[in-house]
Amino acid sequence: MSKTLFDKVWDSHVVRKIEGGPDIFFIDRHFIHEVTSPVAFLGLKSRGLKVLYPERTFATADHNTPTINQHLPVEDPLSAIQLKALEDNSNEYGISHWGLGHQKNGIVHVVGPENGITFPGATIVCGDSHTSTHGAFGAIAFGIGTSEVEMVLTTQCIMQPKPKKMRINVNGQLGKGVTPKDVALYIISKLSTSGATGYFVEYAGDVFENMTMEGRMTVCNLSIEMGARGGMIAPDETTFTYLKDKPLSLKGEAWDTAVAHWKTLKTDADATFDKELTFLASDIEPMITYGTNPGMGMGISKNIPNAESIEGGVATYKKSLDYMGYHENDEMIGKKIDYVFLGSCTNGRIEDFRAFASIVKGRKKADNVTAWLVPGSHEVEALIKEEGILDIINEAGFVLRQPGCSACLAMNDDKVPAGKYAVSTSNRNFEGRQGPGSRTLLASPLVAAAAAVTGVVTDPRDLL
Amino acid sequence: MAYDKFNILTSTAVPLPLENVDTDQIIPARFLKATKREGFGDNLFRDWRYNNDNSPKESFVLNNPIYSGKILVGGKNFGSGSSREHAAWAVYDYGFRCVVSSFFADIFRNNCLNVGVLPVQVSVEFSEQIFNAIYDDPNTEIEVNLPNQTITILSTGAQESFEINSYKKDNMLNGFDDIDYLQSMKTEIESFANGLLL
Repeated sequence: MSKTLFDKVWDSHVVRKIEGGPDIFFIDRHFIHEVTSPVAFLGLKSRGLKVLYPERTFATADHNTPTINQHLPVEDPLSAIQLKALEDNSNEYGISHWGLGHQKNGIVHVVGPENGITFPGATIVCGDSHTSTHGAFGAIAFGIGTSEVEMVLTTQCIMQPKPKKMRINVNGQLGKGVTPKDVALYIISKLSTSGATGYFVEYAGDVFENMTMEGRMTVCNLSIEMGARGGMIAPDETTFTYLKDKPLSLKGEAWDTAVAHWKTLKTDADATFDKELTFLASDIEPMITYGTNPGMGMGISKNIPNAESIEGGVATYKKSLDYMGYHENDEMIGKKIDYVFLGSCTNGRIEDFRAFASIVKGRKKADNVTAWLVPGSHEVEALIKEEGILDIINEAGFVLRQPGCSACLAMNDDKVPAGKYAVSTSNRNFEGRQGPGSRTLLASPLVAAAAAVTGVVTDPRDLL
Repeated sequence: MAYDKFNILTSTAVPLPLENVDTDQIIPARFLKATKREGFGDNLFRDWRYNNDNSPKESFVLNNPIYSGKILVGGKNFGSGSSREHAAWAVYDYGFRCVVSSFFADIFRNNCLNVGVLPVQVSVEFSEQIFNAIYDDPNTEIEVNLPNQTITILSTGAQESFEINSYKKDNMLNGFDDIDYLQSMKTEIESFANGLLL
């Protein structure tokens, strides 16, 4: 029977099917971090259970870490306790731990791929919804809750009903200044934040085939923002080239055998999906969000839609615009901004810093803007220095911080103050997401850079 | 973690007719620093519930003494966003045992089932009937009958059935969790793992 990429990976990981219930689903790779794992370890301890396959779990500290002075003790006592708990639990159970200060430390969804932990055809989970990032490699990767973290630790399995399948095709050539982030925000704006709930998405078409791995990671990362558990892209030469010779990638003959297998994973020509959508690359322009969920996005040159033209509740829509201090029909271009955040598992990779630098080069940071530039990992940080990007951003008046999730969820001190506007390359513009009362405009690194040097929402195409 | 068994719940309900209530609203990230599962109910809907000086926001439904009960009735797409199970813990710890919505986000629904909160998905029309019934009379009781998989507005008699897979239903009725089941499969899992390439 013809199968999709998703079917092939899912079906090969089902240990047992429960009649009228979920599948017992085997997990190849498990990432843990300091925020969603402590209670899972407590559960193990209270039941007297062990970690079944410690070599399949990888720990990194990222959600709750400072992005300056990482060599000093963590000031916030609660954060320090959480970080210590991750370290102690990892040591006790023999799990590899890349804590604060470790050369390989960084955001879980950045360090996993760059070290070759992620691989095509794998099943990958983490107590973090943006685990969908790893789908860029043709893996089934999704976020889980802490109860499930405990299940994976002790049995390497979770219990999941198989989701429905959706394919999203984007064909054609992207225009100047249009990035993978814009493609994702465009799709989410069309589907809404619940349009893909219950589905696992495969992205297909010219745009994704021609995209770099980093771009694919940005797109798959945002799958959860339209409600999908995850999204994936068929592995191809781009994937194999990226993974070859990564520290934990297979080597020699084992690599060749794996690649031969990975090449068989792509969706069969006559396989079918429960839902299929097709968009044109030429319809996509640089995007920006104007509301309090990622579905409230639009082309940067457009005006904020009327409540009546929106699907869904008018009261919820108006509450959202009130929170943002915006009005129906407002233009977004020219809106004053206060903060810029470049970073996160969505856009904290080297290509994002290259894009940001391409606009700020030879320009100066606007006086009214506070900018946080946070690399996704030490490896990204090293490349920023090696490629001369650090000199460019310093020259333009920006400072580089140290790796972590930072202002994406503002668990550390990187909080946008109440009422202030932040153009952010992260993934969520929910109320208070970047600090109580903060107002977030989600956008690409190019849009963030254009805002950072002009102090207002600006079309990056005017500066390229 | 063990939770109380769920059978038939009859209770008044708290209405929250907003759409796309995300888990950052249910429990903001700055309250995720705990290393134990304790006290999350105090911070349920923290920023909608309290002012910056920690005084209650009177306009928010949880601060309105007219509404109370063990059932939370939300708008469409309830629980979107972050996978934090802390959101389900906060709902449970506050005292809710059931959340009703016309549409749930996947991960939140799953987390609820794992911690003993029953997510009941109803039609848009029925969810409106519930809101209307509560606004007409805040003492209106709702009956959630898990064995029969029905939800009933007792004042009007209006009833709808809801779906839950038989495995999860059995877990909720008995207070079991998935780990109990998975533990019993260790040998099968190990032999499966031995056959894997990576």
